[in-house]
Amino acid sequence: MVIIMNRTLTRPIALPLHKPERRRRDIQTPLLRGAVWTAAMLTLASLGFLIAYILIKGIPNLTPSLFAWTYNSTNVSLTPALINTLYMILLALGISVPVGIGAAVYMTEYAKRGSKLVKLVRVTAETLSGIPSIVYGLFGSLFFVDSCGFGLSLLSGGLTLAIMILPLIMRTAEEALLAVPDSWREGSFGLGAGRVRTVFRIILPAAIPGILSGVILAVGRIMGESAALIFTAGTVAEAAGSLLDSTRTLAVHMYTLSGEGLYIEQAYATAVVLLVLAAVVNGLSGLAARCLTGGRGSQWIR
Amino acid sequence: MKNLREKLMHAVFLLTACVSVAAVLLICLFLFASGFPAIAEIGPFNFLLGSEWRPANDLYGIFPMIVGSLYVTAGALLIGVPVGILTAVFLARFCPKRLYRVMKPAVNLMAGIPSVVYGFFGLVVLVPLVRELFGGRGMSVLTASLLLGLMILPTIINVSESAIRAVPQSYYEGGLALGATHERSVFYAMLPAAKSGIFAGVVLGVGRAIGETMAVMMVAGNQPVIPDSLTDGVRTLTTNIVLEMGYSTDLHREALIATAVVLFVFVLIINVSFSLLKQKKS
Repeated sequence: MVIIMNRTLTRPIALPLHKPERRRRDIQTPLLRGAVWTAAMLTLASLGFLIAYILIKGIPNLTPSLFAWTYNSTNVSLTPALINTLYMILLALGISVPVGIGAAVYMTEYAKRGSKLVKLVRVTAETLSGIPSIVYGLFGSLFFVDSCGFGLSLLSGGLTLAIMILPLIMRTAEEALLAVPDSWREGSFGLGAGRVRTVFRIILPAAIPGILSGVILAVGRIMGESAALIFTAGTVAEAAGSLLDSTRTLAVHMYTLSGEGLYIEQAYATAVVLLVLAAVVNGLSGLAARCLTGGRGSQWIR
Repeated sequence: MKNLREKLMHAVFLLTACVSVAAVLLICLFLFASGFPAIAEIGPFNFLLGSEWRPANDLYGIFPMIVGSLYVTAGALLIGVPVGILTAVFLARFCPKRLYRVMKPAVNLMAGIPSVVYGFFGLVVLVPLVRELFGGRGMSVLTASLLLGLMILPTIINVSESAIRAVPQSYYEGGLALGATHERSVFYAMLPAAKSGIFAGVVLGVGRAIGETMAVMMVAGNQPVIPDSLTDGVRTLTTNIVLEMGYSTDLHREALIATAVVLFVFVLIINVSFSLLKQKKS
């Protein structure tokens, strides 16, 4: 600083005041930029490494026997688990989607502003979305498996998951309903339609893309869930014949494979299938959200 | 007739809105009804602060698991928070448009990858890596922290990014007008303004880390003792439940449910602080 002052003694005063400022900036600015880029590339690289590692190790193990129609301990087929996952998705969504949308409709269309019930519902939905999946599993095993007497079954698992995804469906449906302009409601009422007709004919159809993207996210959660299912749906590796059969979804299947240590190659292959499904579900959800927001993409938190 | 239908549907919608309330009540009821008697029987002091977990000898102290959960969560935050926030800053303010089209779906995909896949990745990659680099058995506090740090990244990134994007553009422009560079403007004018939103994201990440079960179980070693070093095995509250629920009976089973109660209380505390933060923001 002193040197600068000496060198610029004959010059106007404004410059030396300027110079040291610029010097300091020159260190910090690239440092900040470097940190930001490093972090972002680290994030991208770790995901890239995870995906590449699993794909490279897993794809060679994707043998036809892995997709055999029935499971036995030599082929460790994942098809039954895949079918069970589908059942589980249908069951949990079948319960949760109508309830979640109904709740969202009540909160946005029926409840009065500042209603105490709405506040309570919001708080409980937030609580539900924070509960760890293992606690859901434990609750499911106490309530559905034991108290309701459903046993380790597709039904117990589906009901447990339905509660687990309820807050997600409620929140996305509510956001989608709120995004419908008020003028549409007023127009419908003005034409003499009642509240019910307005909800089913005007508001819900307009909100479908938003609701759909939430539903797809819920599909992803059901597909990836394992902790909540082990003690509610069990680990039987065959396709369920009825609602009361014990089942194993793909994620649980993957967990048992990697736990046993005998089927490490098949576990890699199963991981590939799970990864691909997760990517597909994510892509679809993003697509649905783009339909709604015109390119903003999904923002919510999981 | 029409009036009846209106009233009926109103009642139906009201009923569906109450389902979540009923669900929370049921969960509390069932957990507490089995958990509290167990805590009373073991003794709250022995249960929460006892350092011996030996169900065979009727010793049910979950202190090692509480400490384990805290260690692993803290480790995950140490890794996940700086990387997550910086990545969020990158996405919101530095990312070229083309790269954003890759990065954003990538982050969303990270959130969508099942935890068993993360766990499996940890088991086959991180565990041997930690064993080679740091010694020990590889299944350790460090491994679990690394894996959880990776897993909470998308949560922190997504919440922080929207918090940064919610800061008015005028803050950034004001910074520029005062002669600050792009980087300085973002870090010294925008980031402080997005503080509470970012913190909410971190809190949500804590919730995810403390509740994660399967992935942690696959890489943490699961010894029910307080770890002495980063390379020692550790057992968390969540894994304690999964590991022993399958074969437990009577008091042992109830002690596990009581473990879930402790976990539930932790999560409630986290939730309340999250909603307080959100209120402050709006």
